[in-house]
Amino acid sequence: MSGRGSPLLAVAAVAALGGAVALQAARDAAYPRDEAAQVRTEQLYVRSPEAIKRLAPGFNALAADVYWIRAIQHFGGARLAEPGAQDYSLLFPLLDIATTLDPYFNIAYRFGAIFLSEPHPGGPGRPDLAVRLLQKGIAAQPTRWQYYHDLAFVHYWHTRDYEAAAEWFRRASEQPDAPAWLAPMVPVMLTRAEDRTSARTLWHQIMQSDQQWLQRTAERSLMQLDALDAIDVLQPIVDRVALSAGEQYSWGLLARRGAVRGTPLDPAGVPFELYPESGIVSVSRSSPLFPLPVETPAR
Amino acid sequence: MSVNIKPIAVHVFRESVRDRVPYTLVLFAVLLIAASFLLGQLTAGQDIKIIKDLGLAATSLFGLFIAVFIGIALVSKEVERRSIYGLLTKPVSRAQFIAGKYAGLLVTLAVNVAIMTAALYLVLAYMTWQEPANVRAAWDAPGVDPALLGAVLLIFVELALVTAIALFFSTFSTPMLSAALTLGLWIAGRFNADLRNFDAVVESAPAAWLARVLYHVLPDFSAFDVKLQVVHGLPISAGYLAATVAYGGAYILALLLAATVIFARRDFK
Repeated sequence: MSGRGSPLLAVAAVAALGGAVALQAARDAAYPRDEAAQVRTEQLYVRSPEAIKRLAPGFNALAADVYWIRAIQHFGGARLAEPGAQDYSLLFPLLDIATTLDPYFNIAYRFGAIFLSEPHPGGPGRPDLAVRLLQKGIAAQPTRWQYYHDLAFVHYWHTRDYEAAAEWFRRASEQPDAPAWLAPMVPVMLTRAEDRTSARTLWHQIMQSDQQWLQRTAERSLMQLDALDAIDVLQPIVDRVALSAGEQYSWGLLARRGAVRGTPLDPAGVPFELYPESGIVSVSRSSPLFPLPVETPAR
Repeated sequence: MSVNIKPIAVHVFRESVRDRVPYTLVLFAVLLIAASFLLGQLTAGQDIKIIKDLGLAATSLFGLFIAVFIGIALVSKEVERRSIYGLLTKPVSRAQFIAGKYAGLLVTLAVNVAIMTAALYLVLAYMTWQEPANVRAAWDAPGVDPALLGAVLLIFVELALVTAIALFFSTFSTPMLSAALTLGLWIAGRFNADLRNFDAVVESAPAAWLARVLYHVLPDFSAFDVKLQVVHGLPISAGYLAATVAYGGAYILALLLAATVIFARRDFK
């Protein structure tokens, strides 16, 4: 090939590539792809963390990063899925693989603690798996007080096992570099188990995290606590209103009777739900605060 | 003797530059910079860890490819081109020829590893500078962590050992077979630690004894991998570093001497 021909060939190559791009765009416009048919069910082909460890000799940390990114995408994707279609079944296996490949992957353990135990539909609602993951973290790094703290938190907030929470707070406070505020949490758990103040204290601690997603979770939980406080005020007001025959509870009725000034809003700005038959006050299903961590009393 | 080794080493280095080996550096830099921009969106605050993981893994992997695929051709190329005949008529011993070839590729690897490390530190410095103090305080280790150099040192010694293995095989085997044997030995060496505890899974005493012998004879590549510990800020003792570098040095010396013996027996008439 002569030297003079080379630039022409380069131009031809660029033109051919441009042609391929244009043809693809034209084909997609003429024959739209059936996106629904292309939605691929998420798969985890190799579930054994040990097998993956063997497949990536010397590059386990990088493989752990890949599984961590997959775990985030899986969690985020499930949260954004249509109501009723949220499937978090791969979250624990992905986190388990990531933490086997990199046993020091702190954020993967703590991610598990918060989000594995998040109730459905915001998460898989599996505090038992969160506990398993955190215990694995403690086996890898027995002096890391944050894992003990997170375990205590899972027991406090999700399983409502305050004795277990107190025990894990005690163990957390015994670890080197543990902050001073951990020790007082033990009696707080034991004596003030029903008090939302301690929950607020915990969520405020988590708000100090550098992770924005943790801050957002803490912010939402604090708003849920505010909503519970508001329900505690509203419910007796509703209960005091006597209904005539054929009447049903509604915020309009309560406003006409002077019990409330208007439709009360939850801390997220969504009107509280008032069940017409039972008169139970709760957050609306359309509220970002739904479901509340504590069931409203059934009637 | 070193007077004869130096021109051979310089020639190998220049040839690797002619073979466009430095292109791997461009690829490495692009990979790191692209990753640093994308990862923040995907990793929920783990970007600094992942950049370190990625940087060290890429340094190791690119270096491995350079060590294997250039190492296997160091001798065979000279034989194939018949340039070995002219070279051996000069006052160069076969030992000097082997040492020169090895030194040349080692310089190529050292330059590559040094530039990749500098690029990694630059990206880490940029990311550290970008993050507020409360985020930096939550990291396992500082962004621009001098301890990373410990991992880089062991990566370099590991690559030097892989190069010596590739050179050893290339003195008596074809390039394809040398590549397969070198990579095979690297993989076996990565799982070497399993052989040490083989007696826990087999009852046969001779099999356990054989596994123990293989554990000591095969290169223990897993010992050179401290990437995980360094990224998480876990301490690596100077004694461990020194012992592992010394182990690598002794193994390399053995391989180069064996390569020289085999090469000295080859008849090029």
